[in-house]
Amino acid sequence: MENMKNFFRTLFDNNHRSRTVSYLIVIIGYAVIELMLRTGNLSSMFQSLLVPVTCYIVAALGLNLNVGVSGELNLGQAGFMSLGAFTGVCLSGVLAPVISNGIIRLILAIVLGALVASLFGFLIGIPVLKLQGDYLAIVTLAFGEIIKSLVNNLFIGFDQNGMQFSFVENKLNLAPGGKALISGPMGATGTQRISTFTIGIILVLIALTIIYNIIYSRSGRAIQACRDNRIAAESVGIHVANTKMLAFVISAALAGAAGALYGLNYSTLVPAKFDFNLSILVLVYVVLGGLGNMTGTIFSTIILVLLPELLRGLRDYRMLIYAVVLIVMMILSNNEKVKELLAKARQSLPFGRTKEVEE
Amino acid sequence: MAFLSYLINGLSLGSVYAIIALGYTMVYGIAKMLNFAHGDIMMVGAYVAFFALNTYGLPVIVSVLLSMLACTVLGVVVERLAYKPLRNASSLSVLITAIGVSYFLQNGAQLLWSSSTKVFPSVVPSGSVQLFGGQLSISYLTIVTILICILVMVCLTLFINRTRTGKAMRACSEDKGAAVLMGINVNQIISITFAIGSGIAAIAAVLLCSTYPSLSPTLGSMPGIKAFTAAVFGGIGSIPGAFLGGLLLGVIEILSKAYISTQLSDAIVFAVLIIVLLIRPTGLLGKKISEKV
Amino acid sequence: MKFEKIVKGGLAALMAMSMAACSGSSSSAASTSAPADGTAASAAPAADAGTAPAAKGAFKLGGSGPLSGGAAVYGNAVKNAAELAVAEINAKGGIQFELNMQDDEHDAEKAVNAYNALKDWGMQVSLATVTSAPGAAVAPLYAEDQTFAITPSGSSLAVIYADSTNQSGAYGNVFQMCFTDPNQGVASADYLSTHKDLGSKVAIIYKNDDNYSTGIYEKFTAEAQAKGLEVVYSGTFAGEDNDFNVQLAKAQEAGADILFLPIYYQPASTILKQASEMGYKPTVFGVDGMDGILSMEGFDTKLAEGVYLLTPFSADATDDLTKNFVNNYKAKYGDVPNQFAADAYDAVYAIAQGLEAAGATADMSNADICKALVGQFTSMTFNGLTGADVTWNANGEVSKAPKAVVIQNGVYVGVEG
Repeated sequence: MENMKNFFRTLFDNNHRSRTVSYLIVIIGYAVIELMLRTGNLSSMFQSLLVPVTCYIVAALGLNLNVGVSGELNLGQAGFMSLGAFTGVCLSGVLAPVISNGIIRLILAIVLGALVASLFGFLIGIPVLKLQGDYLAIVTLAFGEIIKSLVNNLFIGFDQNGMQFSFVENKLNLAPGGKALISGPMGATGTQRISTFTIGIILVLIALTIIYNIIYSRSGRAIQACRDNRIAAESVGIHVANTKMLAFVISAALAGAAGALYGLNYSTLVPAKFDFNLSILVLVYVVLGGLGNMTGTIFSTIILVLLPELLRGLRDYRMLIYAVVLIVMMILSNNEKVKELLAKARQSLPFGRTKEVEE
Repeated sequence: MAFLSYLINGLSLGSVYAIIALGYTMVYGIAKMLNFAHGDIMMVGAYVAFFALNTYGLPVIVSVLLSMLACTVLGVVVERLAYKPLRNASSLSVLITAIGVSYFLQNGAQLLWSSSTKVFPSVVPSGSVQLFGGQLSISYLTIVTILICILVMVCLTLFINRTRTGKAMRACSEDKGAAVLMGINVNQIISITFAIGSGIAAIAAVLLCSTYPSLSPTLGSMPGIKAFTAAVFGGIGSIPGAFLGGLLLGVIEILSKAYISTQLSDAIVFAVLIIVLLIRPTGLLGKKISEKV
Repeated sequence: MKFEKIVKGGLAALMAMSMAACSGSSSSAASTSAPADGTAASAAPAADAGTAPAAKGAFKLGGSGPLSGGAAVYGNAVKNAAELAVAEINAKGGIQFELNMQDDEHDAEKAVNAYNALKDWGMQVSLATVTSAPGAAVAPLYAEDQTFAITPSGSSLAVIYADSTNQSGAYGNVFQMCFTDPNQGVASADYLSTHKDLGSKVAIIYKNDDNYSTGIYEKFTAEAQAKGLEVVYSGTFAGEDNDFNVQLAKAQEAGADILFLPIYYQPASTILKQASEMGYKPTVFGVDGMDGILSMEGFDTKLAEGVYLLTPFSADATDDLTKNFVNNYKAKYGDVPNQFAADAYDAVYAIAQGLEAAGATADMSNADICKALVGQFTSMTFNGLTGADVTWNANGEVSKAPKAVVIQNGVYVGVEG
């Protein structure tokens, strides 16, 4: 009994409260949505948003580790999503004749997508992490654009003789019955849609587990120490480059996993989807949710993905209103008076006080 | 000879990038923010110039001045309404707000002026100068673009170095706190910076649209990103840096299109940027940031 | 964290809103009942009531296209022309439509969202999507739900085939109104090879991230070789690129006397201007996407003098159907309609013709309407703006013949094929 009490106490102590709250929200949210799905209370539009929302959440959580916890502004998250997405789509396409079970292929695709993205994350991280501040940001932007440009010129096909690759010009010569997996700027078409909401939620939970384990570990504290004061961190013997690299690679891996889940949710996927605007969009989710605040990221992602869909009723004014909402939210959240009001409101709530990683 | 002609084309494109990059770099130097809506302010300038020239048939000079006026006002209004409330917020909040402003301007332009593409009229008489017995031809437009870029650059440098306001701007970019103590109205200086940056963007808009005459609400986004890249390339915050960065970027883009691949030119431009930043981490002419413990 | 409160509150509000939207009649303001000139007013209240018997009169016609963003010009053209066609058809009595065009921002994800929003609204027949990539994303959904769809302008094979590499696995209920890509490549090569007086060295500039452009290019080069045309240069561009100086210089260096532009009219207008600045004057040959170039606001039509194009529709045609359409469109939206608009107008009329012939009523299930329309489309002939005696095969491909025209003194003049 005493053990149980202690266990619950540790769940909600200052160190672990935000972690527990995040898990609870995801699990409760999943249960509610499943219930609504089973009872047929969820409109088609909401059903179609479930998987993309989980993809964006995973990519945003990864970026939050990078931007919020590690303090490096990354403007190239879409590039890693692209790598994961096209890797996943290719793998699923190649395995389709061998493994008929969609879930197994999906999981394999996500794992490979994450691996490929993290490999690139490591390679890109070597030069990127030598830079600082806005220069680092622009180099991640540059890598994002380079990845987009390269995938735009990539042709991959698959027939009974194996895989075929060509670059810049489409020189694929597929045997009858073969399939073009990626056709340059036209991307992938005819993909089997095998992504599911449940796998998406599991991926979100895995992402949260990885991120919280890092934040609350020795390396997590080192990462945050580097963010807050690099020189002080170095002076106490923290290897800055290694810790930053860890955050960068994990962020890339999560983006890759999210990309694979995303790519396999649609029958077609173009490389131009993963452009600078998408990187910015994911960054908006992170900033609006709060740097270093994982629960906030989950909520802001849900809201900002839903918002344009719910604004469909406004027709022509939809994106205009979306822009205004974005600006007003940023201004209000930085307004001193609003901040005070929120602080007061928070203290009157029992579970309102979550520990903040930053601020 | 073909090489020379590509080089001149590149300089002309680079001149436009350089003028847009000046706006980025000035605002960054003084307000320490990345104004991602800069390209969209330029887009508004292009539309204003288009209507002045095409619908009202005004002379070119009047149209350009009108467009500069509109951009200046727009720049100041945007700064007051969207950026000023965030003066003490994190740079990321300001970045996101700037992106919100960019969405707003694009969608507002679409509602006001419809999404159908308009064609910008010629402001420079068409024709070209023939050199080397006709082997090399340079259009008047290219010459005018490069000359105007140099003119803008010279005027801006004189303004920054020789006037009182310019001095105040330099002071603000060095140390805002100290500038306040010296009796400089920092808010006013930031407004002036936005006004000048946006006004110059109108010139860039007219030059850009003379070369690439398709007018659409999204016309500012790609040149905007390229100009931002140019500003970082040259060392963000540095005015000669923006000039150099813009020209180099334009030349690299055109030469890689001509001699490597039209499809890969963007990748090459960004790869060169990365290499430059690895060798000089603060851009070509950027200041070294020394960290204090 | 400070945001959590705003976020939580906001989420609750949004959830409440959405619940309200999905329960009961999904008559969220999203639907535009056809803005008809009085007569079609009966359709509007029927839709607002949302209940089954009231909706009897009007078929719910859905569709999505880029109404905002870089490709908005195409989406809005389709939306406007579809509105116009719906208003006209409703005014006639007979078949009634209620139109709902959603924004998909030329993005597959948004197109799927738009499809589901339309499904919640109760869409019965559809114009699918305006552009190809979103079309390929929603086509399997239309097939699964057995809702009939005809895309006005999504010309890629991936819109109608599950396996576009091998052209197999046609969805069967997704049709195309636009001219299929390979057709145009063949027709252009045919025309040029029988008119060698125009020139024999061809340079091509095409948009390599566009199914339409690449499709025509690939077919054209294959045919050109067989027909003795020499392709001396082919250059590409993508996205919103608007610098063609390099491509044009290379074409000029290669000595091309024909410049084949299988692209839309916006980039084509820039190419013409830049070529003229360079003093490069090849014979320019375009396809149906080139139509619309003369009516661009601010375009100097002198630049297009002598441009040849193959197009099934021209806004300057003098037949009554085209004249009425162009005049009404201009009066209502201020622009001259382009190829997209004409295809959308035809698509709505084709659906109306099919529904009428099948005797379908709006209280039938989507699957029944779909079955009836597929039966009609594969057997009927349709006469519209974009061609006479138009037919469709069972895979959904359209068959219609393009006409060759040349621009002289700012207007199209028909030339012998």
